Amino acid sequence: METKNLTQEVIRISGANPKKCMKCGKCTATCPAFDQMDIHPHQFVDMVINGRLEELLNSRGIYNCLSCFACMERCPRSVEPARLIEAVRMAVVRQKENNHLKPDAIPALLDDELPQQAITSALRKYMK
Amino acid sequence: MEFSYFPGCTLKTKGKELDISARACAQALGFTLDELKDWQCCGAVYPQATDEIATRLSSVRALVAARDKGQELVTLCSACHHVIKRVNGDLANREDIRSKVNAYLKLDTPYEGETSVLHYLEVLRDRVGFDNIAAAVKNPLTGKKIGAYYGCLLLRPGKEMQMDDPENPTILEDFIRALGADPVYYAQRNECCGGYQTLENKPQAQKRATSVVDNAAACGAEMLITACPLCLYNLTQNAENPLPVKYFTELLAQALGLE
Repeated sequence: METKNLTQEVIRISGANPKKCMKCGKCTATCPAFDQMDIHPHQFVDMVINGRLEELLNSRGIYNCLSCFACMERCPRSVEPARLIEAVRMAVVRQKENNHLKPDAIPALLDDELPQQAITSALRKYMK
Repeated sequence: MEFSYFPGCTLKTKGKELDISARACAQALGFTLDELKDWQCCGAVYPQATDEIATRLSSVRALVAARDKGQELVTLCSACHHVIKRVNGDLANREDIRSKVNAYLKLDTPYEGETSVLHYLEVLRDRVGFDNIAAAVKNPLTGKKIGAYYGCLLLRPGKEMQMDDPENPTILEDFIRALGADPVYYAQRNECCGGYQTLENKPQAQKRATSVVDNAAACGAEMLITACPLCLYNLTQNAENPLPVKYFTELLAQALGLE
């Protein structure tokens, strides 16, 4: 898909409106994973607006987002950065053979205490 | 009082203490959890993408089953509650999702988000009442300093979850007080522990868990309580200096003398 169309597709499936962003940076300030987000949440929103999808598709941050909704709760403009991050992650893992986590990799990651919820949630976030 | 009940994947296995203690406490406090037949795992992460339909279906099936029994639906695990409550909101408020889900499920009566979804804590607060719980306490936890760990999923987004003020919640602290203990307030009580990352990026989960537990300990907490099996795992297994962590229902069972 062309970058322009892909940008529109990401915005459409996200259900968010990045253009409402007033660039205050509160999402990044409150993100508990900000130091693991190579592209910080406020930058992420700006890059969606400007169609810089290639960089976002290849970012590490789409996997490091904690899905905790701090950015959504605290955004004064209801931009919902977490929705955009998830939409970009979906744009990656929905491609054929592009799962970020493969079921075969899971047994080596298990320990005796690990709850089923950890496996279910990882599969939902990182594979299609 | 009888409620439909959705336990979820972990409450039958690694998190069964949460299920067992919650059922025992419900019986002692005069309500029944009627487990849904053939429930399916909710998926543990709310699918935010608006075109995700299949990943919403297991939640809808649970919501429909409760509706068809004429009951409200009670959840215990924070993640199940988060997913099912938000999917229910989608079915009530989003025509695009509602029409696709109903076209797929072909129900006799289309589902439009009519089931009321309650977290067990809301049943304790709004139906039983913390005053009545305080009166039922046999072993008050006097002098115990307990930190409430809300985490991320129970309260946010506030306008959808509608359980409590997402930034300054009181429900767990009021619960702790009802059991005779002292709630400890600390800054990270409603910040994410990073549990979802434990398979994907363990150092990240370790760093977040350590930050939460260290903050609670510095504020004087002797232990933490949670409603989330993944938080419990992450805070006890991935934090550098772990504190004891229990499910809130285990604490309730102890105070009610059910152990």
